Amino acid sequence: MGGVIVLLLLLAFPPIASAAGLEFYQGLLTKIMIFALAASSLNLILGYGGMVSFGHAAYFGLGAYTAAILVREGVTSGWLIWALAVGLSALLAFFIGAISLRTRGVYFIMITLAFAQMIYYLVVSFKQYGGEDGLRARRPEFGLFELTDTALYYLTLGVLAGALYLLHRLVHSRFGRVLQAIRENESRALALGYPVYRFQLTAFVLAGAMAGLAGVLMAHHTQYASPHLLSWQQSGHLMMMVILGGVGQFWGGALGAAVLLLVEEVLQDLTIHWQLGVGLILLLIVFFAPKGLAGLWRRER
Amino acid sequence: MPPSLFAEQLLNGLQFGLMLFLLAAGLTLVFGIMDMINLAHGSLYMIGAYLTATFVGLLGNFWLAVLLAVLGTALVGMLLELTVLRQLYRRDHLSQVLATFALILIINEGVRMIWGSQPLLLSAPEGLSGPVELLPGFSYSAYRLTLIGVGLLVALLLFWLVNRTRVGMWLRAGASNREMAQVMGVPIRPLFTLLFGVGAGLCAIAGAFLGPILAVQIGMGESILILAFVVIVIGGIGSIKGALVGSLLVGMVDTAGRAFLPLLLSQVAPPEVASNLGPALASILIYLLMAAVLFFRPQGLFPVRT
Repeated sequence: MGGVIVLLLLLAFPPIASAAGLEFYQGLLTKIMIFALAASSLNLILGYGGMVSFGHAAYFGLGAYTAAILVREGVTSGWLIWALAVGLSALLAFFIGAISLRTRGVYFIMITLAFAQMIYYLVVSFKQYGGEDGLRARRPEFGLFELTDTALYYLTLGVLAGALYLLHRLVHSRFGRVLQAIRENESRALALGYPVYRFQLTAFVLAGAMAGLAGVLMAHHTQYASPHLLSWQQSGHLMMMVILGGVGQFWGGALGAAVLLLVEEVLQDLTIHWQLGVGLILLLIVFFAPKGLAGLWRRER
Repeated sequence: MPPSLFAEQLLNGLQFGLMLFLLAAGLTLVFGIMDMINLAHGSLYMIGAYLTATFVGLLGNFWLAVLLAVLGTALVGMLLELTVLRQLYRRDHLSQVLATFALILIINEGVRMIWGSQPLLLSAPEGLSGPVELLPGFSYSAYRLTLIGVGLLVALLLFWLVNRTRVGMWLRAGASNREMAQVMGVPIRPLFTLLFGVGAGLCAIAGAFLGPILAVQIGMGESILILAFVVIVIGGIGSIKGALVGSLLVGMVDTAGRAFLPLLLSQVAPPEVASNLGPALASILIYLLMAAVLFFRPQGLFPVRT
């Protein structure tokens, strides 16, 4: 129900914003929705699957770079770019997941980080694609409509709504329940005869593909693919959003993305030392809302 | 390839590895004993470097500055343990990651407030600026040689502390089984405040000595923190020996990769591919090493807990 209200508000926002002269906030909302998509995909494996991937930025960044490079190489169809970016991200997630899922706990955290770092250095090394400076990414064509800022807003909203709907179905399906059972007690799930590795890998690939799509949208939004999108700080940033919003709470990723980005935005306006404020707020969250903001809300009801 | 170049890179690798060990030692013990991920460990390295640069500016004496910086950073480390980190031991890894990531932001911003955004200048002590002739026809930077000496000395001291003293016995007991150690009367809490002090001091030594080679700037802790994590995961979490072996491996592989991979590639690939791919492969090499080690030994080279 809450989701429908939010959806309606978001649908109504652009005309209201342009009437009130608040176009800037449309861009901010686009960015928040993109990160909500990426963080929600991370929440699928982190929250529901118990897989603490410290390399989620790799898929996010790969999506953005795929879009930027394809446009530069003369591919103009947006749909084709989306398909290729999602496919590549899924492939990368399959490869990384297949190896990383052999390890557990802290070692899993570190090996996913290691792979993400490899992708980072690999991408940065291609000087013809910008290297450290990043790459400009013109917006592709979508046939039926021109990708203006407002079109991108609605496109992102549509993708996010669709993805969240699918995620909702997924985590409440048999697949989602098995995934959570594995998180709670892996050896028991194994003993019950579930192919644990296959379930985990499937979720890992789905999350990677979804993050890749978020990355493409990010490239459309900023019209630029930055190496920072691939950095370990970006992986950390996505993880912050999920933890802040609520690990394994359905709205955790979206809520965390919205709150963290808004807090950053407000603090940036107030002071050049805004990171100090972000740090203090995160610290307070850890100590006073251990289940994240979604958990806080749930407890009060 | 001339043998002197090879020897030089070997020494560079040794030097970098020993400095990494100073960071990895504290990190691995905290990780191993309390099962705690401390992302803010690199911030102590940064604080050490900034304090050193400041004290050098005030006193004009590098060695005295290092001593004061080490003491100062140790104090900061203990203070951090008493106020924030202590609350995190019983929490899950995710909370620890979030809280210590928050600490990175806070400390970075704090440093920016005190010292400003511009990198600080820290130069090696004057007497050590030149090269030393080690063998006829083979010279090596006196400063880097000093780093190797300091690194070896501190490593030896640390091994003595961990393997020959009562405090070290407690640490080893804590690393292999914390609950059991606590039941057997190991004072885990004060031990931990002390450990954070020592770990912070070691970070400060690394920061002080690497400052003149790398750069004293905000964010310097994060890049080296990732390397330190790679080191302790390769070595096996909680093992000092593993941290040493891991550090030397990572130091050597990283240095050798940067020096020789572009050369090797240029022999077999067209120059434009080699100049692109060489540095990338060199940066990737240690992560490949880590992935390979974990693939074959998922617990690292010297697992502590059995």
